[in-house]
Amino acid sequence: MSWETERLEKAKQIIEMYPQKRSALGPLLYLAQDKDGYISNESIVEISDLVGITEVQVQSVASFYSMYKQEPTGKYLLSVCKSISCEISNSSEVINSVKNFTGLSSNETDNENFFTYESVECIGACGGAPAIQVNYETVEGLTPEKAIDLCKWLKEEKPEIVVADELQDKFGGVKSFDWAIADNNGTTSPVPGFQTYDTTKEKK
Amino acid sequence: MKETLLLTKHMRENPEDSHSLKSYEKNGGYKSVKKVLKSGTPEDVLQEIKDSNIRGRGGAGFPTGVKWGFLAEDEERYLVINGDESEPGTFKDRILLERDPHQLIEGMIITCFAANISKAFIYIRGEYAKPARRVQSAVEQAYEKGYLGENIFGSSMNLDIVVHLGAGAYICGEETALLNSLEGRRGEPRLKPPFFPAVKGLYNKPTLVNNVETISSVPWIMSNSGKDYSSLGVEGSTGTRIFSLSGHINNPGNYEIEMGSSFGEFVDTLGKGVKNKAIKAYIPGGASAPWLRGDQLDVKMTIDDVANEGSMLGSGAVVMMDEDTNLVLAAKSLVSFFAHESCGQCTPCREGTTWLENILERIASGRGRMSDIDLLLDVCDNISPGLTWPPKMTTICPLGPSATASIVSLMKDFRSEVEILLPKKVVIS
Repeated sequence: MSWETERLEKAKQIIEMYPQKRSALGPLLYLAQDKDGYISNESIVEISDLVGITEVQVQSVASFYSMYKQEPTGKYLLSVCKSISCEISNSSEVINSVKNFTGLSSNETDNENFFTYESVECIGACGGAPAIQVNYETVEGLTPEKAIDLCKWLKEEKPEIVVADELQDKFGGVKSFDWAIADNNGTTSPVPGFQTYDTTKEKK
Repeated sequence: MKETLLLTKHMRENPEDSHSLKSYEKNGGYKSVKKVLKSGTPEDVLQEIKDSNIRGRGGAGFPTGVKWGFLAEDEERYLVINGDESEPGTFKDRILLERDPHQLIEGMIITCFAANISKAFIYIRGEYAKPARRVQSAVEQAYEKGYLGENIFGSSMNLDIVVHLGAGAYICGEETALLNSLEGRRGEPRLKPPFFPAVKGLYNKPTLVNNVETISSVPWIMSNSGKDYSSLGVEGSTGTRIFSLSGHINNPGNYEIEMGSSFGEFVDTLGKGVKNKAIKAYIPGGASAPWLRGDQLDVKMTIDDVANEGSMLGSGAVVMMDEDTNLVLAAKSLVSFFAHESCGQCTPCREGTTWLENILERIASGRGRMSDIDLLLDVCDNISPGLTWPPKMTTICPLGPSATASIVSLMKDFRSEVEILLPKKVVIS
């Protein structure tokens, strides 16, 4: 048993939500990632027991999806978009500035386990291109300079909760659409911000 | 040209809290479903949807009423909302999920009433953290109020909704891949036949898979009428549609308009024009759609008109590229996308998209060969024989054939941009 009782309870609750156990595999992989920052071998064994499929089957699914990480992820996952609307809005310059600042190539994590950098396909922020996500919190209308400011700020502030509205306010520019009222909910880990995985909190 | 706000009216008028249950109800929300549950029949709802002539908003444009009519009889049936929106250029479902989640939930309850379904799923792409949070909270609020669960609104209807997060795979927007993903498998599309979701869908049971925007339209249709809806827009493209406008444009964003005006008018009025430049080319319906040229801006924004020009309205994503755009890099970005997102099941797609990416990469970086244009077209022809649109298929799903769209456009209308990067004939003395 590598998972603590609380996490196992959560896993069982999730399994209950689905007509068939195996459907919970995706959410359970997120629970695993919330624990270790990646899908560890111990978690694969645990999930295989919980869902009733083989370890190889778990690994086969985990390796298919880009958001399940095969290696440890830093405290902040920086995902810069390179798809068409961002590409024609100079996302390559934003990519270069983030790469230069962090000293990382795509899918690398620094020695301090602080930043993981990746260039990703469309994140649905095309109207506010170029865009970046920090732990899946979107910032739109970025410039190469603002991208560096954002990285520096993360280094200095080390926020426990990353909030899209706060980042957008500080470092963003043109948006895909009016975000309307600022929302203080954010993510607490490089796993999507979702109540079910306990990766969501409200910043006071 | 003006917007016609049906789906985005509430969020526009109540920017401070449109996502909350309180605001939604204050502005007439959940009235439609209450009326349907009290005095309507499933047949009435299906008839209204058929009368509305609404076509699916995910990309394929299949008539929704017909789709619902196909759903096979079974004790267990499911509704799955496709919120995997990942088509480059598209961000319309994001606004509907983030700013008006209760509208979607109300649409789902009505749909499930019409189709006698008691279990539904909302599949949201994993990268949409904020929209997913909003939807999850909305579902929880709806449960608290008794709008979901057992005997909802005091009727005999039961409905459970589960919010499920994807994990970064564009292919899961393809309905059968989405169902595999929801079953805890790799997001690989299934063969049709036999796996038509309406007959053999989730857990092999009859399943309705509908886009977020489609189902978000249901409350409006039911509180007005199918005929009212079909009186908007034009024949074959009725109602309103949310277009995501991006690229070299002064005023990018989501615009809800009736279909039927021209791209040029749309860009000039709502988009406030292109930044001091002429348009060289534009994408009329997402990354999978062949490009149209800057001199084709008078094409009407309807499903059929765009199809007649050899492209598609697809997911409603319009991307403008001005005269300074490097179209070789644009095509490379699009092809890289498909190469990255190929699920790997079918050889023409898995191998072909990677070849296309590599060839374009070397052309763009000045290492191209004189034979590369023919090679590009040959690879495209192997993925989709004849290079026609709609494309011929060699694969289980349309992802591979879609990858050829931008290259064929580039070669057909902008060949000189590629040729200039290739070496001239070498004379050996």
